[in-house]
Amino acid sequence: MTLNRRTFLGTAGAVAAGLSAPAVLAQGKPRVVVVGGGAGGATAARYIAKDSKGEIDVTLIEPSRTYYTCFFSNLYLGGFQELSGIAHSYGTLAAGYGINVIHDWATGVDPDARTVSLAGGGFLPYDKLILSPGIDFVDGAVEGWDVSAQNKMPHAYKAGSQTELLKAQIMAMPEGGTFAMVAPPNPYRCPPGPYERVSMVAHVLKARNPAAKIIVADPKPKFSKMALFQEGWANHYEGMVDWIGEDFGGGNVSVDPDAMTVTIDGEETKVDVCNVIPAMKAGRIAEMAGVTDGNWAPVNAADMSSKANPDIYVLGDASQQGDMPKSGFSANSQAKVCANAVRGALTGSKVFPAKFSNTCWSLIGTNDGVKVGATYEATPEKIAKVDGFISQTGEDADLRKATYEESIGWYAGITSDMFG
Amino acid sequence: MRWPGAQVFAAVAGVLSPAAGAAAELGDAEAGKLVFEKCKGCHQVGEGAESRIGPHLNGVFGRKAAGLEGFNYSKSLERAGNSGLEWHADTLSAYVENPRSFASGTRMSFPGLKDPQDRANVIAYLRKFSDNPRDIPEADPTAKGTDHSVDPGILAIQGDPEYGAYLSSECTTCHQIEGGDEGIPSIVFWPDEDFIIAMHAYKEKQRPHPVMQMIAGRLSNEEIAALAAYFKNPE
Ligand SMILES: Cc1cc2nc3c(=O)[nH]c(=O)nc-3n(C[C@H](O)[C@H](O)[C@H](O)COP(=O)(O)OP(=O)(O)OC[C@H]3O[C@@H](n4cnc5c(N)ncnc54)[C@H](O)[C@@H]3O)c2cc1C
Repeated sequence: MTLNRRTFLGTAGAVAAGLSAPAVLAQGKPRVVVVGGGAGGATAARYIAKDSKGEIDVTLIEPSRTYYTCFFSNLYLGGFQELSGIAHSYGTLAAGYGINVIHDWATGVDPDARTVSLAGGGFLPYDKLILSPGIDFVDGAVEGWDVSAQNKMPHAYKAGSQTELLKAQIMAMPEGGTFAMVAPPNPYRCPPGPYERVSMVAHVLKARNPAAKIIVADPKPKFSKMALFQEGWANHYEGMVDWIGEDFGGGNVSVDPDAMTVTIDGEETKVDVCNVIPAMKAGRIAEMAGVTDGNWAPVNAADMSSKANPDIYVLGDASQQGDMPKSGFSANSQAKVCANAVRGALTGSKVFPAKFSNTCWSLIGTNDGVKVGATYEATPEKIAKVDGFISQTGEDADLRKATYEESIGWYAGITSDMFG
Repeated sequence: MRWPGAQVFAAVAGVLSPAAGAAAELGDAEAGKLVFEKCKGCHQVGEGAESRIGPHLNGVFGRKAAGLEGFNYSKSLERAGNSGLEWHADTLSAYVENPRSFASGTRMSFPGLKDPQDRANVIAYLRKFSDNPRDIPEADPTAKGTDHSVDPGILAIQGDPEYGAYLSSECTTCHQIEGGDEGIPSIVFWPDEDFIIAMHAYKEKQRPHPVMQMIAGRLSNEEIAALAAYFKNPE
């Protein structure tokens, strides 16, 4: 397989001209605009461009030149990955697939005129708009914290500089210090994410700061893969992790970023690192486009089209689709169903029935990987779960190692499925 | 929204179902000794047997795949063993029938024993060199288990590569279309028959792996054929 086969030379070079005169660039070709170059958006853009073989004009709007995957960002915290190992650029999508990649913020959508406006000025017309903006945080979700406090108490729930900052703080913890996490309420991106993170932080601390403590304040009574994580914490990091669930006041939390204190159920603790993961909602642009209902954007399961607007599709974390967890795997799976439907709507190509799946691997300690997964189908109401599995407690070390190695293979697979 | 892990399913890695198929007649060990001539170039069995090109086959029943200490197995077979593959009559039969379609990257360069009677016989012969064989046909490790061969009607289905291309997008989240095989095996450029046999083995839960059993489990015969047609020579 070579990329040359799919190369449409020249299209990428037309981006600048396209901005000032988009109608001329399109020359009657159907136009798809994708907002957000993450797991959902990059996949959708790539599949539409690849499969339409130049029949559809695809534009991808993404502010960052480098996308750091949230997936495996916990492994970076744990020292199992380099930061450069989770960094991806959009070069191949532009040069190899002829996608117009525009590094800018989408600042508004006019659903009547069918245009997207950009922070840098100008607007882009679309026939179909795909939104995959990921998440933003709900204001006031954790008392004492707002986004302006993220340099003192990082969320590290969008990967990149936040992840780096959190890692630097962990490395700088004094001997016997305290790492606190404020875990989010449901629904949020990557259900096992906070607990994989606890495992990775514990892994680092066990090696360099074994007297350190980890406190988790959690508004939920239970969490994803709970038995597996708790077994792993007991096996690898005995006595280090103190998980305070809803029943013990874990949801009654406030923080003071200047004083570096966390108050859980009335009890104030001075901490050295505080990772605040607030409640989440769809990335802001979804609301601006008028497709949200409450915090999320409801979609039709068959093609991921918005329930509010048939020309707008919402993928990944921002969508409210039914039973799928908000994961990179899910966003990637939804993107392919959507790409097939959008291409069919614009070029008359065959539209096949929707099939969705998800598997989330988590690393608990060295060579100790676990996974959970399911398949899904589209029903008139929602994306509905069909079948699933989860790793078991007490599995032998060889199986856990194989599971971890599999996750490395998955990472290589999904990132090349997203970025080419 | 509920995380799917909340529900625990029985499709645990390592649970094979040796009794999945009808227990066929036990083969003829004497005849099997002759069949084993084909294996002897690489494998020894019996008193004083040692591993050479292939591992020795004493005690192979009930052993985890790639389970002999000190033998340098392929990654592929190791992975199968780690995900729960054990050698019993049914799994041995499936493997020996077409080694490569059973364990993609195996080093066992043997085209396979296509005749079910030959397989039954050689397995009956090998069983004599495993501990405590019990002569109860239905019971492990003597159970004859499933016949791994796929119905010729299924193999004859003409897959639609365009549909296969669409379906393949579910595979390429993990299996790289460029064919990398770190941690997860490559599935491109497979002969379509091997592909179909492998997918049906997952569907029937003969090959161990919870993700693949789940994915294959809901693919129809036509969909498996479509995928095989596509992956044979992906665009
Ligand atoms: C710590 C952690 C670990 C995780 N581990 C896993 C895992 O192991 N497996 C897994 O499957 N998932 C995992 N996830 C979840 C996964 O990262 C997300 O579910 C996935 O990225 C969602 O894809 P998306 O396309 O919806 O959003 P994103 O991937 O976040 O992409 C959204 C993109 O949109 C851009 N954007 C936002 N607003 C605008 C705008 N107005 N204009 C232009 N661009 C905009 C952003 O810059 C961003 O690049 C993890 C998440 C975290 C936080």
